[in-house]
Amino acid sequence: MQTVKIVVTGPFNAGKTQFIKTVSEIDVVSTDKKITSDQERVKNTTTVAMDFGRITIDENLVLYLFGTPGQRRFDFMWEILSEGMLGFIVLVDSTRPETFHEARSILETFKAFAPTPYVVAANKQDLEDAWDVEDLRIALRLGDDVKVVPCVATDKESVKKVLLELLYSILEYLEKSDRGRTKSQE
Amino acid sequence: MALKGNLRSFSFVQLLNLIHLARKTGQLSIQGPNKQALLYFQQGKLAYASQDGQGGSLLDVLYRAKRLTPSQYRALQQRASRYTDKELGLLLVNAGYFTPSEILNVLKNAYRETVRQLFTWAEGNFEFNAQAPPPRGKILVRLGLENLIIEGARHLREWERLQQEIPTLDVALKFVDRPRTNIQDLNLSVEEWRVLSYVSPRNTLRQIANALKLSDMEIRRIVYGLIQAGLVELVRPEAKKLPEIKLAFSDRPKEERVSLLNKIIDRIRSL
Ligand SMILES: Nc1nc2c(ncn2[C@@H]2O[C@H](COP(=O)(O)OP(=O)(O)O)[C@@H](O)[C@H]2O)c(=O)[nH]1
Ligand SMILES: [Mg+2]
Repeated sequence: MQTVKIVVTGPFNAGKTQFIKTVSEIDVVSTDKKITSDQERVKNTTTVAMDFGRITIDENLVLYLFGTPGQRRFDFMWEILSEGMLGFIVLVDSTRPETFHEARSILETFKAFAPTPYVVAANKQDLEDAWDVEDLRIALRLGDDVKVVPCVATDKESVKKVLLELLYSILEYLEKSDRGRTKSQE
Repeated sequence: MALKGNLRSFSFVQLLNLIHLARKTGQLSIQGPNKQALLYFQQGKLAYASQDGQGGSLLDVLYRAKRLTPSQYRALQQRASRYTDKELGLLLVNAGYFTPSEILNVLKNAYRETVRQLFTWAEGNFEFNAQAPPPRGKILVRLGLENLIIEGARHLREWERLQQEIPTLDVALKFVDRPRTNIQDLNLSVEEWRVLSYVSPRNTLRQIANALKLSDMEIRRIVYGLIQAGLVELVRPEAKKLPEIKLAFSDRPKEERVSLLNKIIDRIRSL
């Protein structure tokens, strides 16, 4: 059995849990449990909030969706994410400009460590106060080459669209890269 | 679609930058704690600006710019109430008081001054309305925002926000691939030029600051201005070793990876 992962990250309240809930075939497992970190910090326990969803592709392949607030406890998360990652999605609450800074810095952190395609999902587009996708692009200082996809995490079709946009980017990235080799995105 | 927020979390400089880059047309209103401002933009250029209703009237602007004597001002004031700014402007031009470009320049300076004051606002709810018509009867100018944005970034004294924008000095700079601003059009300060000369993925901000004897704060402020102007962007320094991450299917031949991906795509489509 082969497993692959897509990471859903973004600031608190951006809609990560909802996003995963909407497409997962299992009830989303949201951990809030104590996790003991590595040797030097055996005595330290840290609370890590993670969501965990699943989509079975076929009898040999399973896609896991990981929701994580990013930034904090990155080193721990790394253990989990470093194998079999396909790409990541940065969710942003389009109605809360006060979180754009954080979204931007989470994106930077991930970009620096995961040389994989990503998309930005401008969530909560159903709300009246939602910023327009193109305004968000500028506010987050994203280049024209970064996909910013409008999203309503409660709507299945919308979530599918975001996942597909990411997968298309990965496919494109594969087509461009050398045979069987992985090159940094930048 | 809304473009709303508070200056606490999205500064006026950032707003100007957004309007500039997206070449927006419309009205920006800002409601501060005890004052308010109204600006109008056309294709990303400033067309009009007023604060608390003042700074808007042509006659007042001309008077404050000392382009009218007190007696001229009083005489015109009585007649002016019947005219819009556009009509009054035409009248003054026809009467030979001013040339059209003199009037436009005085207005530009006044609007620039209004914008400068807005840089000091730390809070205030803002709303951009792309549907709003241009202010009635007002003379509109075309004032590019590039230099105001740079100036505004220089004004940004709040340490906290700079700290948020540039959380660590262990990053490097690179020139953006396709700058939307022409560097020749910018009035850069000496310090800004000096920092620009060090832009390279091999130099961290810390190293640049040390080389130029700039404080943490100074280097942040300068770099922030350059980023806002669209000239440079932050990149991770070249030397830094990254932990390896093993991407899905990275050990498989390309054809197989593509086919696995297509399987996932088909499955998601069918959900
Ligand atoms: N209207 C609306 N509400 C949403 C959307 N996505 C999430 N929410 C709500 O936003 C809140 C935070 O969502 P949650 O998934 O818990 O955010 P998380 O902290 O990123 O996991 C919840 O009340 C969700 O119901 C959306 O697309 N539209
Ligand atoms: Mg959650």
